[in-house]
Amino acid sequence: MQVLALALRRLASSLPTLLIILVGLFLLLQLAPGDTVDALVAQMGGGDPAMIAQLREFYGLDASVAVQLGNYLWRLVRLDLGYSAIYAKPVVDVILERLPATLLLMVSALSFAFAAGIALGVIAARRVNQWPDTMISTLGLIFYATPSFWFGLMSVVVFSVHLAWLPAGGFETIGAGLTGWARVLDAARYLVLPTLTLGLGFLAIYLRIMRASMLEVLTLDFVRTARAKGLAEYGVVVRHVLRNALLPMVTLIGLQAGTMLGGSVVVESVFALPGLGRLAYESVVQRDLNTLLGIVFVSALLVIVINFLVDIAYARLDPRIGSGR
Amino acid sequence: MRFLRLYLRNPAAIIGLVLLFAVLFLAASADIFYPRDPLSLAGRPLSWPLENARFVLGTDSSGRDIAAQIFHGARISLLIGIVATLVAIVLGTVIGAVAGFYGGWVDDVLMRITEAFQTVPSFLLLLVLVAVFGSSLWTVTLAIGVVSWPAPARLTRAEFLSLRSREFVQACRTLGLRDSAIIFKEILPNAMPPLIVYASVVMALAILMESALAFLNLSDPNVASWGNLIGQGRGVLRTQWYVSAIPGVAILLTVLAVSLVGQGLNDALNPRLKSR
Repeated sequence: MQVLALALRRLASSLPTLLIILVGLFLLLQLAPGDTVDALVAQMGGGDPAMIAQLREFYGLDASVAVQLGNYLWRLVRLDLGYSAIYAKPVVDVILERLPATLLLMVSALSFAFAAGIALGVIAARRVNQWPDTMISTLGLIFYATPSFWFGLMSVVVFSVHLAWLPAGGFETIGAGLTGWARVLDAARYLVLPTLTLGLGFLAIYLRIMRASMLEVLTLDFVRTARAKGLAEYGVVVRHVLRNALLPMVTLIGLQAGTMLGGSVVVESVFALPGLGRLAYESVVQRDLNTLLGIVFVSALLVIVINFLVDIAYARLDPRIGSGR
Repeated sequence: MRFLRLYLRNPAAIIGLVLLFAVLFLAASADIFYPRDPLSLAGRPLSWPLENARFVLGTDSSGRDIAAQIFHGARISLLIGIVATLVAIVLGTVIGAVAGFYGGWVDDVLMRITEAFQTVPSFLLLLVLVAVFGSSLWTVTLAIGVVSWPAPARLTRAEFLSLRSREFVQACRTLGLRDSAIIFKEILPNAMPPLIVYASVVMALAILMESALAFLNLSDPNVASWGNLIGQGRGVLRTQWYVSAIPGVAILLTVLAVSLVGQGLNDALNPRLKSR
């Protein structure tokens, strides 16, 4: 219970942050040339001034900036993100349609990076300064320096064009009419390359942190005690060192949540996935600022929620955090 | 001298330095080897590397010399990397220093703003800035700097929090130094080493961010940027994959160089960490 109270307190303290984000974005948008009505009128191919004025009144754009800001925040409280002139439906609907693909991509990329990062980090730390460590650390550096979109393109060339093992883009085989497990397997095949592409850079970070964290914990007294009481090496590494070394890794998930969302913009564009990131890109190209703002708002919410979950997981891993104070 | 010796003891750091000099050489010699506009028509489109002796790295789908674009692209990447890093470090240092030095409500307000910037995914914020202010070379560079300052700010703040109550700061106060003098002349030099190391991280990320933006066609289309070239090559990826492959390697090596130099600096500045 104490854990939950602590996490909820952290969640409450992120509300002012959210308010700053929203006000900042709103003011930023005031600087943008043109508003919703301009975009609408441009799409209709022009209109007479009387109608434009009427539209402005309809959308509440004739009020002062302060009143508009108030209206904007009040609409957000009711989860009304406005209307997308490009998609001709409410922004909330557009975003909710695209959210599952991005969440799926993020979860699979994170799982891959986390699991592989732990495995490689542990191996590197166990063989510190020997060739497995050197090789893994070098690979990590190269992965870190690789632009994700470029890795995506090159993996398409190798695995889709030349080897023809995996599809080059999309989310599932269109018109295949698959159901049940066959459909899941089909979608999984489409997810392999995007997952690797998005996860690679994070894998590099995770393995580096894991290696450092393992090395740190391995020097602590309780590890010597565990060894002295005759525990097998496996037990020492997995039951004693690993659990403690995982703490910084869990912190990292929260810190990297936003970066991962940003990375999905590029990865979804490379693999033509119908996700939030691709929507963000499209709304920049089409100057659909309402949708873009909605995406930023939802992303910020997502980051806050992920950090809330990380807080809870953190307290589960380390009982001292929940009961200490 | 001692610092240099410490730095050169590390083979990875030497590789990084060599790579960095190679990129600097590309940037410096671009006008000597390829005096023409790299974005002008040079020859038959899509000739493979080494197919034509005039185009060592081949030509892209518009018949532009890839080698020329690689040379001139080094300038753009370094320019964006350095300027964006400077913007981010200066902004972050000033905000972090003020927050850490004064504490109290100033710290609260500044840290809330920092947190707001960190909650919004930086690449999405970059997209918003580009959508609002356009995508000329300078706006893109500044925007990358603006989305990158929070991490240096937090680092500076942490350093200031631990340094502000030291005796030398109290001595300065007793001497009647102004706050600005204490912050920038006395405390900041002591907080510099971790910041310099972190600058390499910011620069690596800035180069990656610009290339991603250029790949999406949202950066300045009128400059020879490596990311632009990769985006151009996407249309012919199935057959002429070299158009995208070559600039990608250039980005990879540049980012690798910056990271390795940063790590080398870190090891040389904190020699005790190295022995662990």
